[in-house]
Amino acid sequence: MLGTALCLSLLVFWLTHLPPNLEKLAKSQGSARMSDAEVASWLERSGFDRPLPVLYGEWLGVLPRADCGHCGVMQGEWGQSTVFRQPVSAVILRSLAATGWLMLWVMAVMVPTALALGALAGMREGSRTDRTISVATILTAATPEYVSGVVLVALFASATAGLSPLLHEAGWIERRTLFQGTASGAMTRITFWNFALPVATIALYGTGYIARITRASMAEVMAQPYIRTARLKGAGLARIVLVHALRNALVAPVTVILLQLPWLLNGVVIVETLFAYKGFGWTLVQAAGNNDIALLLGCSVVAVTLVLATQALSDLAYRALNPRLRVG
Amino acid sequence: MESLGWLEILGRMALRFAPVWAGLALILGTGFALRGRLGLAGRLFGNGIGLAGLTIVLFWLLTALFADLIATHDPLAQLSGLKNAAPGSPAPGSSYPFYLLGGDSLARDSFSRMVAGARRVLAIAPAATLCAMAVGVLLGLPAGYVGGRLDAALSFLANLVLAFPVILLFYLLVTPEIRETALPRTFAALLFLFPLLFLILLWHSRYRTRARPWAVGMIPILGLGLWMWSGLALDADPLGVWRLEPGLLTVFVAVVFVNAPTAFRIVRGLALDLRARDYVAAARTRGEGPWFIMLWEILPNARGPLIVDACLRVGYTTILLGTLGFFGLGVSPESPDWGSTINDGRRFLAIYPHAAVVPALALMSLVLGLNLLADALREESLHD
Repeated sequence: MLGTALCLSLLVFWLTHLPPNLEKLAKSQGSARMSDAEVASWLERSGFDRPLPVLYGEWLGVLPRADCGHCGVMQGEWGQSTVFRQPVSAVILRSLAATGWLMLWVMAVMVPTALALGALAGMREGSRTDRTISVATILTAATPEYVSGVVLVALFASATAGLSPLLHEAGWIERRTLFQGTASGAMTRITFWNFALPVATIALYGTGYIARITRASMAEVMAQPYIRTARLKGAGLARIVLVHALRNALVAPVTVILLQLPWLLNGVVIVETLFAYKGFGWTLVQAAGNNDIALLLGCSVVAVTLVLATQALSDLAYRALNPRLRVG
Repeated sequence: MESLGWLEILGRMALRFAPVWAGLALILGTGFALRGRLGLAGRLFGNGIGLAGLTIVLFWLLTALFADLIATHDPLAQLSGLKNAAPGSPAPGSSYPFYLLGGDSLARDSFSRMVAGARRVLAIAPAATLCAMAVGVLLGLPAGYVGGRLDAALSFLANLVLAFPVILLFYLLVTPEIRETALPRTFAALLFLFPLLFLILLWHSRYRTRARPWAVGMIPILGLGLWMWSGLALDADPLGVWRLEPGLLTVFVAVVFVNAPTAFRIVRGLALDLRARDYVAAARTRGEGPWFIMLWEILPNARGPLIVDACLRVGYTTILLGTLGFFGLGVSPESPDWGSTINDGRRFLAIYPHAAVVPALALMSLVLGLNLLADALREESLHD
């Protein structure tokens, strides 16, 4: 895993330090009308003309730097962001806190809904409930965040279309729109009205996916001999589902939910851009869009660490939940 | 002139889609009549979900095909006074008297842009999917069949790409700066080689001992393949027929790159599962080479899950292309593809939602159709 992390960071480092990127950095730090010779001399003064392995070693903190000795990512020195004119670590910590709240609410909405829907559908395979829920989950799983976000805003947060004008005319709401179309207010105070749409947008896509996994897993468990035994003993459906089936049916979905975490990151980037919520995803877009190399590297390290950590965590959870894997 | 009501808009749109309805009737009618002889595809007609999925997918395919007939305006033409016009607004002095689904923030026709976007999306997504599947098959089969160190090395590489959040990868790979380097061309040259290599190996492993059929197949494969490859990947086609604009090339490469590792994992898993079968052992006893066994024994028997996966993957690729457009990566700002149009429309989303909602619903319905189709195919192939 350490090897993977090193390979990945080297890859990102190489991609962000390609000559055109450095040239753009020079021009944004110096002046936009620098000649090629001036760019070269700026890069030389800033030390970017040295070979890539040396730069990477210094960034990592393995090789000593001229001004501060060993000061790289491993020592907690993440460099200076050129867009925000602040230390990268401060920017990332702040944005991660904002995204943390978003993720928390997404999880709080998504996980119980998805598990309940999936269990309900898988309980009696082929029933009318199952068909309805299945089609609904296929629908939400076919709707990427930038589509559902747009549709939700048009439905609930537009002054000219959807529900808001109707509700406003009927005198049910004071404001022009039911929900707010941007979440920038949620940076200081989270309310239901400014946070519901971003949370719903991310949760919708994931809910469909997790519910489908839960349904498949539940249907499989319900076909097991021990469920038939319980039924023959005269146990009611509620008891069978809650006591006998649910625990075994949740092994697969829980691992999937954990694996979803990094994948939620995609949704977070889209939703934070769409709703102007200044979290991790928004920061990543700013860093990449403005060629802020230090910040982009920092964001990549965080994102990649998150992915690798959740992969390890989901392995652990699978072992903990599945008694068959507990040898000994 | 008066603006149109919603009923009239729907009626006029249905009329514009006339070629699509005709094509749908023809294809579905023929399919229904021959359903007994079509095998798996024929059984879709007895499956409600499958039929719905097939209809939606065919609808968009035909729309892409007949885009020029259906579109009411040039997707890039701007008409003065129709900026953010409401759906059904009259458009005097143009090729069609109305903007059926309104105008966008640059006074272009939303309906025509949606139709033109369908052509663009359906030109890239299936091709990118096939390319990714070719990579997945050519690397996944040996990884699963041979195993050992080869498997370990290839799996490590696949996991490396998979550990990247997709958007980060896009932001690193699809920037204007990257396009100045040789990176996209190198990647493209490598990735586009896989479909060609696949066909060569497929033909060679089967006919290597018989000179005549070998030459009959190999000459067109090599000639046509190298011609297309040099044009598409290297932009060096001497006749100038095959060409990809640099922006599109980067987008294509990025999408294939993201899709290939998951395709690899699926093929590898299938090969692992199938390599212990009797027919593989029989082929080995006959003295067949490893590529013959992989491509002519294992691959045909893995087709069911692969077809389902391809269906889902085209949908996923459509979503990825939309994501790229949404962040304005790789495509020209004029491009009518759905993602860029949503991105353009979202700035005025709260006031003029139609410009973004139209392509959003189009994209959603296409992906939904593909997912329904995949679901039905999976269900039907389980009955085999």
